[in-house]
Amino acid sequence: MPDSTSSAPIAVAMSGGVDSSTVAAMLARDGRAVIGLTMQLWNQRRLPELAGDGASGRCCSLDDVYDARRVAERIGIPYYVVNFERQFEEQVVKPFVDEYLAGRTPIPCTLCNNYIKFDRFLEMADSVGAGQIATGHYARIQYDRRTGRYQLLRGVDQSKDQTYFLFGLTQPQLARTLFPLGGLNKPQVRELASSLGLEVAEKPDSQEICFVPNGDYAAFLSAYMKETGVEPARTEGEIVTADGRSLGRHAGVHHFTVGQRRGLGVATGEPLYVIATDPESQRVVVGGNDALLRGSFFARDVNWVSIAGASEPVAATVKIRNKHAAAPARLLPTGDEARVEVVFEQPQRAVTPGQAAVFYSGDVVLGGGWIE
Amino acid sequence: MQRFYFDHNATTPVAPEVLDTLAECAGQVYGNASSIHHFGQMAKQRLEAARRQVARLIGAHPAEIVFTSGGTEADNLAILGTAHLAGTPGHVITTAIEHPAVLGACEALEREGYEVTRVPVSAAGVADPDDVRRALRPSTRLISAMHANNELGTLQPVAAIAAVARDAGVPLHVDGVQALGKVPVDVNELGVDLYSMSGHKLYAPKGVGALYVRKGTRLAPIAFGGHHERDRRPGTENVPGIAAFGRAAELAGARLAADGERLAQLRDRLEAAVLGRVEGTGVNGARDGRVPNTSNLYFDAVDGEAMVIALDLRGFAVSTGSACSSGAVTPSHVLTAIGLGADRARSSLRFSLGHDNTEEQVDALVEAIEASVAHLRRISVHA
Repeated sequence: MPDSTSSAPIAVAMSGGVDSSTVAAMLARDGRAVIGLTMQLWNQRRLPELAGDGASGRCCSLDDVYDARRVAERIGIPYYVVNFERQFEEQVVKPFVDEYLAGRTPIPCTLCNNYIKFDRFLEMADSVGAGQIATGHYARIQYDRRTGRYQLLRGVDQSKDQTYFLFGLTQPQLARTLFPLGGLNKPQVRELASSLGLEVAEKPDSQEICFVPNGDYAAFLSAYMKETGVEPARTEGEIVTADGRSLGRHAGVHHFTVGQRRGLGVATGEPLYVIATDPESQRVVVGGNDALLRGSFFARDVNWVSIAGASEPVAATVKIRNKHAAAPARLLPTGDEARVEVVFEQPQRAVTPGQAAVFYSGDVVLGGGWIE
Repeated sequence: MQRFYFDHNATTPVAPEVLDTLAECAGQVYGNASSIHHFGQMAKQRLEAARRQVARLIGAHPAEIVFTSGGTEADNLAILGTAHLAGTPGHVITTAIEHPAVLGACEALEREGYEVTRVPVSAAGVADPDDVRRALRPSTRLISAMHANNELGTLQPVAAIAAVARDAGVPLHVDGVQALGKVPVDVNELGVDLYSMSGHKLYAPKGVGALYVRKGTRLAPIAFGGHHERDRRPGTENVPGIAAFGRAAELAGARLAADGERLAQLRDRLEAAVLGRVEGTGVNGARDGRVPNTSNLYFDAVDGEAMVIALDLRGFAVSTGSACSSGAVTPSHVLTAIGLGADRARSSLRFSLGHDNTEEQVDALVEAIEASVAHLRRISVHA
């Protein structure tokens, strides 16, 4: 266990929002030495055509840096902005774009956690002499003496739980990380922020993916490809049914994600959903709701968190989207420790390649991987 | 914690003598220098006294000094004000290592249809006057080159570039912000037509600067609304700031020689100690022909941004290059221009000394550098 009374400073990742601001303020209140660091991840001056109503309320805006700096000033801690734009572009944005163009629906937040927040940031914390890092994530970490492993648990506030995006954390990362908000719910955090005198106490929650304004992936992808000179060879294609019947044409597979219903531009008697996208043939396959159901899938690049692995079948609940209620399933070993077959008790809707599948036992995160 | 300041190229503290002038003026000389009455006349007197003081520091005539809000405005006035005279887009020559105030003004001209040539610099960080000559076109309206580089401290061959400009009949603007107060400046010996200055780089407060405009040099205004500064820069004059700038110019002239010698010794002491005690380090740019206070060093396998923070937490203020709006860092265009790869550019730090630094402070800085580099190299896997 890390020594919680250590005098080494804690580096707090401060976004300027209420959660991370509260973390910094409560650690400082408890007498811990705190260094505030804001990660500059994305230059909001890029892709100006997406700016719309201005750069406020989105990640890494000057307003957010201003808010974080104000909090640091109020609680009297050293504060710095560190620039990770280069790493963020390489390890989060580009893979996000590549995945989308390959017909999968990626989750940049997980990549950001794996490669930026709990890797590059941890290294920066080391650089400035901090022994541990703390973030405003809604999740809990506990040490299991029996197995000698750090366990990751859902945040107490189930509606805010962020473990779906944290399944990639390694044991060394968990050993040095604090999630001080894991035992609180959001209203309590806001109350705490208010009682600590933080002006951000009532600041609205951030939404969606930080570098994609208004959650409009297609507009982001178009603007990004234009800026970087990446032109997909062909963008438009056919909309077909599972049995190959053509229903019309579409403007590009990256406009579609599995399970999507609206925006297909084809009219039939029954509601149609995207069942699959195939970037090879540029086809979007559609069908009825039942066609979306799948009973099993394989997960690749599995990271085991609270258990060392699954050499025997493991009973779990499995979450295949952030807003998905984890469904009962069995995890079947494949001989490859980093690949499992997930077999649901009941078929699940819209099992989407590229999304994460996270395995739970109650509140405990067993591990997770990527849907093949 | 005791804190030591080694970032004088970013800005300097206001000298006590200058602060006296500033406080006295701000408190008592509140008239508008354009007013007819006694209060206005008192302000006008201070304004003109400061103009004489600044003119004296660079060997100019007082009527050739236009006060501005700082170096950035002086650069913009010089570049836009000269380029716009002809009324149609033309060509401008500058260098690859200019301050953003110059590069930004040039980019604004490009958006208007002007063409801009940015001549490269050598690994030493010095532009070649022959490159400037070769870049000349019949449509060239202006040459703009800095006197001393803000990141490396390297001095540019201003007199030779001025000869090129004179032969071609093209006006020469020199951004002198980082040279003023550090090396002797004589605008006639240099042969420049326009010379930008900033108060806060020589122990005056922020928000005041000046542009030297050689008599007979035409300049279109870039702001409108008054007849101040001989129709060149409208707006009620910042008399307390300008008076403080004048006092600082006088002070700089008086202590230039002694400070220059002392700071060069301190700088050499810093470099000798760091290069002798820390492996994988070196000086970026030429070691000869620099302003005396500036040292730009690389520390291989060290992230410069992390090092700035680590040193700050130990009480030492240094920088990775020019200060940036959000406080974050992108690889320096200056270090890139002298041929440094991205890794070495990101592992570089600028140390800029000033009047109040002592040998003891430099020695303490060396200790902190040694400890920080050792720590960062121990833990770093990326840098």
